[in-house]
Amino acid sequence: MTAAAAKSTAHSIVEASPRSRAVAGSLVILYAVITLLPMVWIVATAFKSQSDAIAYPPKVLFEPTLEGYVNLFTVRTRQTADFIAKLPPPSTWYDVIVRKHDMVIAGPSKVVPRFVNSLIIGFGSTFLAVFLGTLAAYAFSRFRIPLADDLLFFILSTRMMPPVAVAIPIYLMYRQLNLTDTRLGMILLYTAVNVSLAVWLLKGFIDEIPREYEEAALVDGYTRLQALRKVVLPQAVTGIAATAIFCLIFSWNEYAFAVLLTSGEAQTMPPFIPFIIGEGGQDWPAVAAATTLFVVPIVLFTVLLRKHLLRGITFGAVRK
Amino acid sequence: MRRLKWLGSAATSVALGAAVLGMFGGGEAAAQGKQLTLCWAAWDPANALVELGKDFTKQSGIEMKYEFVPWTSYADRFLNELNSHGKLCDLLIGDSQWIGGAAENKWYVKLNDFFDKEHISMDDFVPATVVGYSEWPKNTPNYWALPAMADAVGWTYRKDWFSRPEIQSAFKAKYGRDLAPPKTYDELKQVGEFFQGREIDGKKVYGAYIFTERGSEGITMGVTNALYNYGFSYDNPKKPYQMQGIVNSPEAAKGLEFYKELYKCCTAPGMTNAYMQEGLDAFKSGQVAMQMNWFAFFPGLYKDPNVGGDKIGFFVNPAGPKGHFTQLGGQGISVVATSEHKDDALAYIKWFAQPTVQQRWWQLGGYSALKAVVDAPDFPKSAAFAPQFLESMGIVKDFWAEPSYAQLLLDMQKRVHDYVVADKGTSQQALDLLVKDWTKVFKEQGKDVASQ
Amino acid sequence: MSTIIHPDHAAMTGAGEVALSQPMKHVRGLSDRTIAWLFVAPTIALLLAINIFPLVWMIRLSFTNLNLSMSYLPLRFIGLDNFTDILGDEDVWFRLQTTARFVLWSVALEMVIGFGLALLIKRQFRGHSFWTTIILLPMMLSPAVVGNFWTLLLQPQIGPFNHFISLLTGVPASSFSMTGEVVLAPWTIVLVDTWMWTPYVMLICLAGLRSIPDYIYEAAEVDRASAWRQFWSITLPMTVPFLMLAVLFRAIENFKMFDMVNLLTSGGPGSTTELVSITLKRAAFEKWRTGYSSALAIILFVTVFGAANIYVKALNKVKQR
Repeated sequence: MTAAAAKSTAHSIVEASPRSRAVAGSLVILYAVITLLPMVWIVATAFKSQSDAIAYPPKVLFEPTLEGYVNLFTVRTRQTADFIAKLPPPSTWYDVIVRKHDMVIAGPSKVVPRFVNSLIIGFGSTFLAVFLGTLAAYAFSRFRIPLADDLLFFILSTRMMPPVAVAIPIYLMYRQLNLTDTRLGMILLYTAVNVSLAVWLLKGFIDEIPREYEEAALVDGYTRLQALRKVVLPQAVTGIAATAIFCLIFSWNEYAFAVLLTSGEAQTMPPFIPFIIGEGGQDWPAVAAATTLFVVPIVLFTVLLRKHLLRGITFGAVRK
Repeated sequence: MRRLKWLGSAATSVALGAAVLGMFGGGEAAAQGKQLTLCWAAWDPANALVELGKDFTKQSGIEMKYEFVPWTSYADRFLNELNSHGKLCDLLIGDSQWIGGAAENKWYVKLNDFFDKEHISMDDFVPATVVGYSEWPKNTPNYWALPAMADAVGWTYRKDWFSRPEIQSAFKAKYGRDLAPPKTYDELKQVGEFFQGREIDGKKVYGAYIFTERGSEGITMGVTNALYNYGFSYDNPKKPYQMQGIVNSPEAAKGLEFYKELYKCCTAPGMTNAYMQEGLDAFKSGQVAMQMNWFAFFPGLYKDPNVGGDKIGFFVNPAGPKGHFTQLGGQGISVVATSEHKDDALAYIKWFAQPTVQQRWWQLGGYSALKAVVDAPDFPKSAAFAPQFLESMGIVKDFWAEPSYAQLLLDMQKRVHDYVVADKGTSQQALDLLVKDWTKVFKEQGKDVASQ
Repeated sequence: MSTIIHPDHAAMTGAGEVALSQPMKHVRGLSDRTIAWLFVAPTIALLLAINIFPLVWMIRLSFTNLNLSMSYLPLRFIGLDNFTDILGDEDVWFRLQTTARFVLWSVALEMVIGFGLALLIKRQFRGHSFWTTIILLPMMLSPAVVGNFWTLLLQPQIGPFNHFISLLTGVPASSFSMTGEVVLAPWTIVLVDTWMWTPYVMLICLAGLRSIPDYIYEAAEVDRASAWRQFWSITLPMTVPFLMLAVLFRAIENFKMFDMVNLLTSGGPGSTTELVSITLKRAAFEKWRTGYSSALAIILFVTVFGAANIYVKALNKVKQR
């Protein structure tokens, strides 16, 4: 591993010719643009009016409006024009938008609680998985544990089950324990699914930290725990961050467990977004707005941590 | 590295806070006053119910919360909720076919004692709705719900197109009769074919819109309308659960074939997975001449600025060669057994059952099942679709309401969609397979179906 | 530089471990043995509670007739009936074939496009890092949200996809339905999956390409080997382990596929795109046949576990060459 790592900084001497680079560049850009189109459409739809969003034929140029976002965050009721005429003049910009359609705002929608659920369950389970995973990975890396190989492989294999299959006994168990539709239940479940990945990735990272440092610290009179906190953890920060992002991507985007095990209190965004409905069917601008908002945190995180992506997506099998 | 560290500690603190909040913070803000959650499907009548419920809150001080789910995931979601003994819903307006399972599994509170105490009599409600929405076992006085929303399949058509002289004469020239809302399925198909692909106001239009949805109950709720009228029955009236030769009789096969012909000849391209919503969209955007849909939507359609009012007409599901029926829809309102507010929930039902409330329910766009409302002399004139609604409620038939209803339904969804949309096999084969599927389900349920 | 390790082998890199039996020198505080168990125990406990115990329970249930929508019926042990029922049901076999075709085609397309892109990006054209990040975006999305939104994109009349195709080929936009036609629907789910996951394959391939030391190419240049030749004798063989890894991960993921396809086509038209996970979901959470679906889940688990093991063995052989 160390020999390989030393090579990683070597620069390519066999460089591609300028022309082949230009061709390669334009092909990649072409692909990127095509692949981006659906996402651009999503972002654009969020700024369309309901009728522009389902116009036949589809509209590329349209007058942007914040209707989708307003609809996403509010519940509205339709009223007669007379009723609206009698109301005091709209006090906010969103009231203006809503009243154009003969509606009044009746209250906030469920999107904020759902988003909060996503945050709590996503970050909570990520934190727990990384925390437990770091401890276990350290133990697996530094101590001899009976049946370690079997345990590790078993831990990993739990991710091979289709989520719907896993959900069958979990559903029965949660029903008995009153954990259905609770945040605690979802955090525990996501932690259990993620901890396998976390142990696995983190063991790789910790294996790479030379144990001489720790041993020196131990000789200096540190306890094991102190050595772990002051010597090992600071060096594992990169690995922990990379692990966290992958745990987060999973629990943030997870749908199957969420749709089967939550309905209200603990429902997250993925099972919520497809069922945002307005008057007359799916409210596409609001769905698009929700999709856009939902994807922002994960994209930001990913862009910041893109250098560590590779290790995470391959279960640590590819080391860089 | 520094950035990473910063990010790491920031993420950790957010996560820690989140975890603590999630575990010890409990659910959403604890209820201050009294509160009830009512669960139903997300559709036009639900908005009317919200409007209606404001009076209840005013009178009782109990605040109403609502959980409305789109039709395509309605059964899925609420049966899951009932099965998981969830506490989301106090009141549930559950689909008619759930009644068997809900009663046998004790998911709903039995309402007989409550009805007796509050002098609510089921004789005051339209008989078809009492059998359909409240009773289990069927035709016994065991009530698990109060009929809340009467509904059936009906049809809308573009009255304005039907009345144009040039269209009328073209139709007459082709078929030798006057263009009118169809009374039989053959007529329906003729009218559909006539409009299919026709240019109206510079737009290409299509004949009819029918249910074809695969995921939940769509295509079944559509195809049964044709099946009933061609001679299909669920089982032998003299011998319950005997299906061989009844479900898959040659007449039933013809009915299924007819539905496919209608789908092929007269619907818009791409309508391969369409249910209520797609139908409304197609009709409202002026794409189709006739639309199959639930009566529940007709008040909204009548008010539509583009196709409502004078432009829309309504007709009862046409008759077939072997009878005249239509698919029952609609729901009863029940108290969920795991609810922690059963008394408040019963108070809501008591309030809802009052004739004045029922009258207002009908005015707001809901369909009352109370005889006092629908048998009133001025009822047929109270809405453009009221006469058709009354006639339909007299000829309704419902799908199985057995505890194993979901299995029976999913089997039918599959067999019918396979045949009608995916072009697999013949109609006879599809129904033969359906009998096989259903026999298996009933055997698992412990019913005696072996003697066929 | 990158190297590939296999799970089994990683666990064996025990060189220099602090043996527990060895008397510890002058470490204060908790003993190592205590710490080791203290650190591993919570994870093991969690996995026991949320993974192992339910799994054992599910195995037990698979021998019963339990149906949650009729839980008042007496629970009976029916031996292997559920298993024989499933294995003898030709519908289940069709669903497995549908799944296999989906896995095969989506993974094949992702491999070809992903590897091609990696080869192009390796040329380090200007701005390659920016464009690589752009390409990665689809895989960050929630599959359920993606599946839902593609129903709009693919709607024949109001979706942009058909109009885009119509612009390129001249076929009228509303004359075909990507999700509604028996011929097209299986390809549609492959298409959307490919759109979403090609970047993932690309990343792994990129790692593979970057793991090839430059001196090998330099030597090839000296030998005047053609670019074509270099590709077949250096690039491809040296990246094969990475490619196989990508295939493994994508195949497992797509075998499990539920969310995206369920929201995109809900298995239709008919059962044309009903992957086995959708069948399982319907059996378990719509028909509520818990006993039956437990048996199906176990069959699926054994299948994917067995196939993955065989494949990993092959992968290790390739690496040892």
